[in-house]
Amino acid sequence: MELKEQLLASFIAFEEGIDQKNPVHDKRVAALAYFEENGFPTKKLEAWKYTSLGKILKENYTLYPQVETSIELKDVKTYFLYDIDTYKVVFIDGVYSPFLSDTTHDGLDVCLMSAALSKPKYAARIDKYFGAVAPATDSLTALNTAYAKEGAYIYIPKSVVAEKPIEIIHFSTGKNAPIWLQPRNLIVVEENAQVQILERHQSLSDAPVTTNSVTEIFAEKEALVDYYKVQNDRETASLLDHTYISQEKNSHVSVHTFALGGNIVRNTLNFYQKDEHIMSTLKGITLLKDQEHTDHSTLVHHAHPNCESHQDYKGIFGGRATGVFNGKILVDKIAQKTNAFQQNNNLLLNDKATINTKPQLEIFADDVRCSHGCTVGQLDEEALFYLRSRGIPRKEAQALLTYAFASNVLDSVQLPSLKKRIEDSIAKKLGVNLGFNL
Amino acid sequence: MLQIQNLHAQIEDKPILKGINLEIKPGEVHAIMGPNGSGKSTLSSVVAGNEDYEITQGEILFDQESINEEDAETRAHKGIFLSFQYPVEIPGVSVTNFVKTSINAARVAQGLEEMPANEMLKKIREKAALLEIDSKFLSRSLNEGFSGGEKKRNEIFQMAMLEPKLAILDETDSGLDIDALKIVANGVNTLKSKDNAVLVITHYQRLLDYIVPDYVHVLFDGRIVKSGDKELAKELEAKGYDWIKAEV
Repeated sequence: MELKEQLLASFIAFEEGIDQKNPVHDKRVAALAYFEENGFPTKKLEAWKYTSLGKILKENYTLYPQVETSIELKDVKTYFLYDIDTYKVVFIDGVYSPFLSDTTHDGLDVCLMSAALSKPKYAARIDKYFGAVAPATDSLTALNTAYAKEGAYIYIPKSVVAEKPIEIIHFSTGKNAPIWLQPRNLIVVEENAQVQILERHQSLSDAPVTTNSVTEIFAEKEALVDYYKVQNDRETASLLDHTYISQEKNSHVSVHTFALGGNIVRNTLNFYQKDEHIMSTLKGITLLKDQEHTDHSTLVHHAHPNCESHQDYKGIFGGRATGVFNGKILVDKIAQKTNAFQQNNNLLLNDKATINTKPQLEIFADDVRCSHGCTVGQLDEEALFYLRSRGIPRKEAQALLTYAFASNVLDSVQLPSLKKRIEDSIAKKLGVNLGFNL
Repeated sequence: MLQIQNLHAQIEDKPILKGINLEIKPGEVHAIMGPNGSGKSTLSSVVAGNEDYEITQGEILFDQESINEEDAETRAHKGIFLSFQYPVEIPGVSVTNFVKTSINAARVAQGLEEMPANEMLKKIREKAALLEIDSKFLSRSLNEGFSGGEKKRNEIFQMAMLEPKLAILDETDSGLDIDALKIVANGVNTLKSKDNAVLVITHYQRLLDYIVPDYVHVLFDGRIVKSGDKELAKELEAKGYDWIKAEV
């Protein structure tokens, strides 16, 4: 059976395990209908022109494993920010792992989506926020909504500053492989509240895994949210990520995406500005080799005056890797004094690697500052000679220059522990044993 | 130490060096002067191992061994240092981290352990003091946003840290005001010993007032057309290069 049919057919079984009287269920049913009508996106769609899902849709996936698999902390410690104290919401093959997690209800909620969807005390908030920013007209998002059941639920009340970063980690073990996972996260950060969140999907075996993830983030007035996505997975792991952000007045949300590996990775990242004086920051480092593929599809919708957005994506492609950057900035007629900046710089390490980069600006206001630029280049031979003349071997010299090319994206990372981790991952990926940090 | 024998080199089929002969012994300071386009920077690049240039004839011997086929990093490990006319900016990598990487790369190539951190720190402090470099400068990204003078001073700082046998200073005086020039020259002179050598490449005589050469060579159209002592540099300063061209 084709994956689409398999997914549609399993919905009845899925319904048996949930409360169908819950208002969310109406949204699930509507979403399933949308997915049934539209199916998986194909390259015929402009937004999917350079990314084909054909290869990963052929697998015979296990859809909803119920078996809890345990893993030893020592085997996965390296995937956590283990040198600092954090809240943790951890899943193994889609199932919550209380053993690896460290949740809280003490002044803020860091817990499970399944709890938020089923317990009456969360009902009002779920009713207000669930599905409120995720568009109903995206097929993969609809598929996720149809099966939305588990994931992280984070609620930071008014004026609360989460004193520890929150890690959302999804492990897949290969025991239920190949596996299709659909986590759903909801993050609500109320007025004047602050939080730092890190999200990671990690396969622990070479068995195929595909994750179709949706995260909704609501930043109320004056809220401050720093969100980090660490994508450094195996070549058999694919990720279809959708992150939708709704921002209110004077809020600042930043999303850093470190795409350092995986099979097919698609990052749909949409920012919706709902009031004035909002700042949206989108940054990324993409470093790929072999056959890896990463597609960044960003949208910033400036719908009110006096807002800003800042995008800076660096891509480095070796092997036969392919990258896509499609950055859309939409400025409504009313959104005067918008200041939107977008930059995408790419480095091709050989002539087999590919990058498709496309800035897309749709500006209907006349008093705005919008700038964009994209570049594609190679390592500078003169710079390489400079380093080698100081005794630094070619490979290390290339790694230093590559790091230098991407380093300014790391400047805005607020967690030193994460920054160090990313630097080490970059060195490892480039095959050198170097410390880049100052 | 360095023997260059009938060296011919070209870039993209265009001959630049057309038969250079030069011998530099330990303890000596040589200067190569010449008009723009005579091949001065090419000579320094070829000796340091820049692969953009192809050696078509001749030999470069360093400590009696041919280095024609050695890559740039191996030449550096053997003790050749080139101070660049235009040092490259490397954002995100500090001056300190860069020199550590550089020193340890040479030590690893020589089969030594990496330099212990406290020894490295002591050496960095000592050499920074010599070149009047403050500690804030050392934690800045390499050459990023440096003034011309800072870049050159940083080059000599790296030279001081690496302690090469042969230091080639390519147009080190360009972009330096007189105070910076004195500091840089003082650095070079302090590092000078009977065991190492310096090759100064310059268009103007100014730097040679402070780094006094034992020999001065005039490079013109890819050949050394005249050699002499420091008086030759003064003559060139006074008369320009036209009389050399006329003589050739």
